[in-house]
Amino acid sequence: MITLNVNGRSRDVDDAPNTPLLYVLRGTLELNGAKFGCGLGQCGACTVVIDGKPVFSCLTPISILQGRKITTLEGLGSEDAPSPLQRAFIEEQAAQCGYCIPGMIMRAHALLTANQSPTDAEIREHMNANLCRCGTHMRILAAINRAAGGMHAAGARAPAKAEEEE
Amino acid sequence: MAFSLLLIVVLGATALFFATHLSIPEDRSQRVFAPDLVRRGGELAALGYCASCHTAENGKPFAGGRPLATPFGTLFGTNITPDPKTGIGLYSQAAFARTMRDGIDRAGRDLYPVFPYNHFARLTDEDLSALYAFLMTRAAVPAQNPANHLTFPYNVRPLLAGWKLLYLDKKPVPRDQTRSAEWNRGRYLVEALSHCGACHTPRDRLGAEIASQHFDSGEAEDWWAPPLNHKFPSPVSWSEESLFNYLRSWDVGHGGAVGPMAPVVAALATVPEQDVRAIAAYVGATLAKPGESEKRVDEKQPQAAEAHPQGAELYAGICATCHETGGHVPFTVTSLGQHTSIYAPDPRNVIHVVLEGVRPPEGTVGAVMPAFADTLSDAQIADIAAYLRARFSRGGEWQNIEAEIARLRRSTSP
Repeated sequence: MITLNVNGRSRDVDDAPNTPLLYVLRGTLELNGAKFGCGLGQCGACTVVIDGKPVFSCLTPISILQGRKITTLEGLGSEDAPSPLQRAFIEEQAAQCGYCIPGMIMRAHALLTANQSPTDAEIREHMNANLCRCGTHMRILAAINRAAGGMHAAGARAPAKAEEEE
Repeated sequence: MAFSLLLIVVLGATALFFATHLSIPEDRSQRVFAPDLVRRGGELAALGYCASCHTAENGKPFAGGRPLATPFGTLFGTNITPDPKTGIGLYSQAAFARTMRDGIDRAGRDLYPVFPYNHFARLTDEDLSALYAFLMTRAAVPAQNPANHLTFPYNVRPLLAGWKLLYLDKKPVPRDQTRSAEWNRGRYLVEALSHCGACHTPRDRLGAEIASQHFDSGEAEDWWAPPLNHKFPSPVSWSEESLFNYLRSWDVGHGGAVGPMAPVVAALATVPEQDVRAIAAYVGATLAKPGESEKRVDEKQPQAAEAHPQGAELYAGICATCHETGGHVPFTVTSLGQHTSIYAPDPRNVIHVVLEGVRPPEGTVGAVMPAFADTLSDAQIADIAAYLRARFSRGGEWQNIEAEIARLRRSTSP
């Protein structure tokens, strides 16, 4: 039995210690936000936040997670009450097929938690690990910029437009 | 210590005598170069990896600013674009040749040997002309060189004149008539332009390559640089062909370059094939052990798992996902036991890869491995490293793995 702290709640799971967190989230805890993309830590669809850092949950066995804080997409907001970051993704329509978006949002969440006004270069560098095969990167960048602006209205950066025109 | 002090006094005295160099007049002439010369210069610049040290991360090519950590302090790659104020725009060809061969800049200042003029001194006149033509036709970028952070006495530049008296060998690379033209070409590239010994030969306490230990292994940016001779420790044998593959992109037996070697391979992928074949012929002749059959690399798995159960468990849960698939993940060799890093005398390279992951240089294809700095603790990474070492190497346990992890975590995190 391993006790996981997921989105502020303690959850006891019976899965084998080697089981990747992604399988436990989706299979055992029925938190289906994180997606299985490649299973090799190369695409980022499975990204969750652990102790404030973005991590590939497909390559993270639950044996190393005792006592660590796991945040998944479900921990940010809900369909009825999306978080500011989720709202920004909706407002920018930053999805085509949408499969990569939970991972994108979680990686962006880790960035904006640590750095409330990232530069465009910082956003690009930080988001580099996550892939979108539909090619909505510009809208994803715009959404993150929008969320940063919304979280810090006083930061007064000109976001979305400049990105789109590049 | 007394030896060092004595050396410093001797160097100081000689320096006063030799360290007075005249400045070479500014060259403001309109320069015209034949396109073929410029093109050849570009290939040579790639073979000499000029951009590796002279380009900052995400910076403009050749505009300098990259920090280079040495045991004597941190120096910065200089701006070698033709900007007249901050670059080498006012260098005549004679000033350029003196810089490359004598380590003296246009103004007459002695340069630190982190700039490998001990190798470039052996370049031919034709190759120097081509390099000059290439650099002088790059876009001029105004970018001030950051000041070096060197400790005393190494911040006293005139002492370098003494260093050169001791160590600077300007003799051309000799030709060995008993060897092929290709081998001789490779020898020239390796010993002069590509300056392989700068990382792969150990240095003495004054930072000079130890000639008697040529290619015995050295280091680069806190990575271990393996021997390029029969002391190469991995059980996977080299051939000219596999070395060529490795230097050009990736080899099925040895995998791909990581760390400071990755930009070297990225550069070699762009130069004429025969130059890389020549390098492989020269280095391959000392690396390859003819007649030696492949040794088994993975026969100690049960003992390793017993000695390091946590490491084995973590390996199974994390690493095995890609590294036990029989090489079916792109750019991944069949077994981690094929990687030289596991046979190194210290665990630095393994730690670097686990902490930082692997990402091909911008604009190239290659292995992608995620970084585990945020997933794994120092103790967990140490368990994995100890397990890998025990499973594959006969070199004995690594010492102080956890302390090394903590140190590298501090020095590599922004």
